[in-house]
Amino acid sequence: MGLISSLATFGRYCLFIKRVFSVPDRWAVYGRRTVTEISKLGIDSIPLVLIISVFIGAVITIQMQLNIASPLIPAYSVGLATRDIVLLEFANSILCLILAGKVGSNIASEIGTMRVTEQIDALEIMGINSANYLVLPKITAFVLFMPVLVVLSIATALVGGYLVALVTDLISVNRYVYGLQALFQEWYVWYGLIKSLFFAYIIASISSFYGYYAHGGALDVGRASTNAVVSSSVYILLFDVILTKLLLQ
Amino acid sequence: MIEIRNLKKSFDGRTVLHGIDATFETGKTNLIIGQSGSGKTVLMKSLVGLIQPDSGEILFDGRNLPTMTSEQISDLRKEIGMLFQGSALFDSETVLGNVLFPLMMFTDKSHEEQMERALFCLERVKLTGAEKKYPSEISGGMQKRVAIARAIALNPRYLFCDEPNSGLDPRTSIVIDELLSDITHEYGITTVINTHDMNSVLGIGENIIFIKDGYREWVGDMTQIYNTGNEALNDFVFATRLFKQVRDYVATHESRTPQR
Ligand SMILES: Nc1ncnc2c1ncn2[C@@H]1O[C@H](COP(=O)(O)OP(=O)(O)OP(=O)(O)O)[C@@H](O)[C@H]1O
Ligand SMILES: [Mg+2]
Repeated sequence: MGLISSLATFGRYCLFIKRVFSVPDRWAVYGRRTVTEISKLGIDSIPLVLIISVFIGAVITIQMQLNIASPLIPAYSVGLATRDIVLLEFANSILCLILAGKVGSNIASEIGTMRVTEQIDALEIMGINSANYLVLPKITAFVLFMPVLVVLSIATALVGGYLVALVTDLISVNRYVYGLQALFQEWYVWYGLIKSLFFAYIIASISSFYGYYAHGGALDVGRASTNAVVSSSVYILLFDVILTKLLLQ
Repeated sequence: MIEIRNLKKSFDGRTVLHGIDATFETGKTNLIIGQSGSGKTVLMKSLVGLIQPDSGEILFDGRNLPTMTSEQISDLRKEIGMLFQGSALFDSETVLGNVLFPLMMFTDKSHEEQMERALFCLERVKLTGAEKKYPSEISGGMQKRVAIARAIALNPRYLFCDEPNSGLDPRTSIVIDELLSDITHEYGITTVINTHDMNSVLGIGENIIFIKDGYREWVGDMTQIYNTGNEALNDFVFATRLFKQVRDYVATHESRTPQR
C-alpha cells in the first residue's frame, strides 16, 4: 500500500513538473515574476544564511581545535578542516536543509493558500497554465540565486572561524589563515555549488508540488507546508549521498 | 447558449449528478438552484472543465467541451469569466492589478488602453477610487465587485457565478444581483448563477433549473415558481414563513387584480 501510494505521488509529481516546464504564456510576465521571486526567496534569505554561517563557522573551528589538539597533528589542520567541512557539507547540504525550512514552507503555504482560496482555479479559468505561471519563476529564481547564497555562506563561515582565532587564544590567526590556504582543492568549491543547484531545485519543486495539491482549508495548508519541508529534507539527504558518490570518487 | 445533455458525475462510486439536461440561454440570467449538497458546485465546475464529468455533452454554442483538446479548452476559457464563491482575488495584487491581470495576459493592447479598460470595468461596478487598495483592505461585497470587474474585463461570452451573494447582507446581495443582471443584458452574455438565495431566485431568475439530489427536478422562470405544483420546489423555495406569506400574497393579489 505504502509503495503504491508513493509511486502514485511520484507519478503525479512527474505530471506536475511536465506542466511546470512548458513555454510561458508571456515572457515579460515570466521575467517580472522571476525577479520578484529572486527577491522574495533569495535576497530575503541572506540574513538567515549570514547569521547561521558565522556561528557554525565559529563552532566548527572551536570543536576542531578542542578535538584534534595533539602534538602529532600540525596546528594549521584546524583551519584546513574547518574550510573543508564548510566547502564539502555545511555550505551546501546543511544550508539547504535549513533553507528547506524557510523557503520550502514559504512556497508551500503561499501556493497552498492560493489553492484553497480558489485563486489557482481562477487562473485556470482564464486559460492560464497555473502550474507554469506560479511555479516556474520560483524554481528559476531559487536555482539561479542559490550559488550566491552558497558563496556568501562559505565566506561568512570562514569569517566566523577567523573571529574565533582573533578573540580567543585557542588558535593563532596566522595558523588559522595558513590552514585555510593549505592543500586547497578547487574542485570542492564546484562540488558544493553543483550539489546546491540540485538542492535548490528539490526545495522549490517539491514544496510547490505539495502546495499545489493542497485541498481543504487553512489546516491543510499547514499540513502541506510541513510535508513539503519533511519531503524536501529527505530528498536533499538522499541526493547528497548520490551526488557525493558521483562527484567525489 | 450552453446546452448540457445527460451529464453524469460520480465520486468514489457515489453518484452526484445523475444525467442532467439543461439549456442556458444567451442574454439571460440562468439560475441553478438546489439544497446544499445537491451538486450545484459540481455541476458548475463540470461546465467550465474544472471537474471532468464521467459522461455527457456540454455544448458551448455547439462546441463540445469534454471532447476538446487542452489548447481548445484554453481558447474557450478566454471567452469565459467566472466568479468564485470566495471571490478568489489575487491577494498579492491591488484591486487595479487584479482587473488588469487578464488584460495583461491576453491582450496586445498598449498599457494605456489596458488601463482605460480596467478603469472602465471598475467604474462599471462602481468601485472608482479603490484602485490602489489590496483585497484584504476592502469588504466582502467590494471584493465580489472587483471579481465581477475582473471577470468582465475581457468581454466574456459566458459568465459563471458560484453563489455570488453568499455571506453578504440582503442589501449588498441585491446590488450584486442587479449588477450581474444588468451586465448580462447589456452585453448579451450567457450568465449561469449558482444560488440558494431566494431573493435572487425571485428577483433575477429568468431561467431557473432546480436540482435535487443530482437530478434535474424542475425548469421554469421566476413567475412560474409562485404557482408550481412541484412539491420539492415548493418546499425548497418557500421554506421560510416570510416566503410563504409572499407566495400567498402574490396568489390573492393576482386573483383580485385583472391580468395585464
Ligand atoms: N471532489 C469531491 N470528491 C468527492 N465528493 C465530492 C467532491 N466534490 C463534491 N462532492 C460531493 O458532491 C456532493 C455535491 O456537492 P456540491 O459542492 O456540488 O454541493 P452544492 O450543491 O454546491 O452545495 P452548497 O450549496 O453547500 O455549496 C456533496 O455531497 C459532496 O460531498
Ligand atoms: Mg456549492
